[in-house]
Amino acid sequence: MDKIFDKPESIRNNNTHYCPGCGHGIVHRLICECVDDLAIRERLIGIAPVGCAVIAYDYWDFDVTEAAHGRVPAVATGIKRSLPDRIVFGYQGDGDLGAIGTAEIVHAANRGEDITIIFVNNTVYGMTGGQMAPTTILKQKTATTQSGRAQKTHGFPLKVCELLSVLPGVVYAERVSIHNPQNVLKAKKAIKKAFENQISGSGFSIVEVLSPCPTYLGLSPQDAVKWIGEELTKEYPLKVFKDFA
Amino acid sequence: MCGNEALAEAAIRAGCRFYAGYPITPQNEIPAYMSKRMPEVGGVFIQSESELAAINMVFGSSLTGTRAMTSSSSPGISLKQEGISYLAACELPAVIVNIMRGGPGLGNIGPSQSDYFQAVKGGGHGDYHQIVIAPASVQEMADLTMLSFDLADKYRIPVMILGDGILGQMMEPVTFGTSLDCVPRQARDFARDKRDKGQGTRDGKDWVLDGCKGRKPRVIRSLILKEEDLEKFNLKLQRRYKEIKDTEQRCEILYEEDSEIMLVAYGTPSRIARSVVEALRKKGKKIGMARPVTLWPFPVAALKKLAKKVKSFLVIEMSCGQMVEDVKLSIDCARPVHFYGRTGGEVPEEGEIIEAIENING
Repeated sequence: MDKIFDKPESIRNNNTHYCPGCGHGIVHRLICECVDDLAIRERLIGIAPVGCAVIAYDYWDFDVTEAAHGRVPAVATGIKRSLPDRIVFGYQGDGDLGAIGTAEIVHAANRGEDITIIFVNNTVYGMTGGQMAPTTILKQKTATTQSGRAQKTHGFPLKVCELLSVLPGVVYAERVSIHNPQNVLKAKKAIKKAFENQISGSGFSIVEVLSPCPTYLGLSPQDAVKWIGEELTKEYPLKVFKDFA
Repeated sequence: MCGNEALAEAAIRAGCRFYAGYPITPQNEIPAYMSKRMPEVGGVFIQSESELAAINMVFGSSLTGTRAMTSSSSPGISLKQEGISYLAACELPAVIVNIMRGGPGLGNIGPSQSDYFQAVKGGGHGDYHQIVIAPASVQEMADLTMLSFDLADKYRIPVMILGDGILGQMMEPVTFGTSLDCVPRQARDFARDKRDKGQGTRDGKDWVLDGCKGRKPRVIRSLILKEEDLEKFNLKLQRRYKEIKDTEQRCEILYEEDSEIMLVAYGTPSRIARSVVEALRKKGKKIGMARPVTLWPFPVAALKKLAKKVKSFLVIEMSCGQMVEDVKLSIDCARPVHFYGRTGGEVPEEGEIIEAIENING
C-alpha cells in the first residue's frame, strides 16, 4: 500500500498546545508543506509573534526567532536586509499586526521589503483571554466588548488587506480562509505563492488567513468554522486584492 | 570631523554593516553619514519609521551575526528600551548610541547627562544590564565605538555609548585605527581567536540564524515559561555580568598620588573639570579627577582605592545628581561625596566648579 499522506519534514513531532478547533495548527502545517514543496527549509528564517503562536518554534523544524509584540516586520526587515539570499517570513496575529504593530507592517509593506507575512485573523485576542481585536466585527462579543463591539466606542473592524493593497510596495495581498477543506487548499496555494514571490525577489507579500478560535468565539469547533463561512466572510471577503508579482 | 561623524566612521571601520535609525537632534550627523558610507562598504542603511522599528531592525540584523547599530537622543532612547530588553534577553550584541539632550519629556536640544540612571540601571524591563561607555573627546567617540562593538560581541550584550550634544557636535582632529588595533588586548585577542577558529558562519559566531543548512535548527527567543528555567537563565546572565564587572571597569585618574579633593566627572563635564584641576594645581592645590570611561560596569575598584587616599569627592554632572549615587555606593560613603550639577541643557562653567570646591573647604 502506498503512503499518500504524511507529516511534512519541516514540522516537529510535537503535540500542539492549541485549543480544540483552533486554526493555528492548520496554518502551521500549510506553511511547512509549502516550505517542503519549495525546498527552502535550509535557507529559511521564521519569526514567531507574541500571542497564541509565540511558541510556533516548538512545531517548526527550521531557524526561528521571536519578536517583541508587533515588531515582526521590523525584525524581518533586519534579517532580510542582512541576508538577502535567505527566505524570511513573519507569522502574525490580528493584535500583533493590526493593533500594536500597525506602524511596522505599514512601513515594511510600503518599503516593499522582500518578505512574506502570514497574517492569522481570528478576530480575538486568544492568549490574553478573548479581548477585542482590531479585526473584531461590529456586534461581536468579546471580553472587552461584552455587549458587542459598537462602532461609537470601539471603532470599525480593521481591513488589513484592503489597507495594505493600496501601497505600491506590496506585490501580493490575498485573503483566504481555512473554514473548510476546499478553502484550506486555496489557503495553501496562496501561502505558496507568497513564498514563491520572495524566492523570485518580487517584493512584499501578505496572506491573511481567516481562522477559527472556538474558545473565545464561544462556539463549538463546528459552529466556529460555520460562523466564518457564513458571517465573517461577509465582513472580510475572500479575494486576491493585489497580484503584481 | 564632528564627534557624531567620527563615531559613525569608527563604526564602519569596526565592521558595522547595518544601521537603522530615526532622525532626532543632536545626533542627526550619524544617520546622514551612515546613509552615505554604508552603501560604499556594502552595508545596510535604513531610515526607519520609528525608534521602535529601528531597534527591532537591529535585533533582526544582529541575530544573523551582523554587527549592527542604532543611534538616537534621549526621547528616542526611551522608545528603544523595549528592544534593548529583548536584545539583552536574547543575548544579542548591538551598539546603541545615545547623544543625550535635555529632558524630561521633549526637553530641549541642549547637552545633558540626565539619562544616566536609564542607561546604567536597566532602562527597560527585567533583570538585565547593558555595558555603558562614556567618551569624552572626538578621538574617544571613534576609539570607544570600536571597543563597543568588540565588547558587544565578546559578551553577547547590548552596549550603549553615552555621549551628549556637545560631544556629538564638537569638532576635533581624529585618527582612526582599525577595530583590532585600538582596542584593549583582551577584546582584541577574543575577536582574533573567534575569527581564526572560524566558528559558525558569520565572524565566528556559532549561534546565529542563517538557515539550518548542515546543522540543527536554532531558535532565538526570550519567552521562558517555566519559573525555574527563567530563574536559571537570569542567574546565567548575572554570572556574565559579574565577569564583566570583574574585567571591564575603565577609569582615567589624574593626580592619583597626592590629591586631597577628587573631582568625579564623565563626558563633557570631565573636560571642564580637567581644566579646573590643571588651573588649581598651578596654584598648588592638591586636586585630581577620576573620569569613569565605563559607567556600567562602574569603576568601583578605582574609586574604592581613591577613597583610602583622598579627603573628599566632588561629583560634577549635567544632571540633578545621578552618577553621584554610584560614587557613594562604590566607596560605601567612606568619604564625604559632594555634588555640583547643571541641568536642562546648561553646562557647568569653570568658575562655578571652583566655587563648589571652595565651598567644600569652607
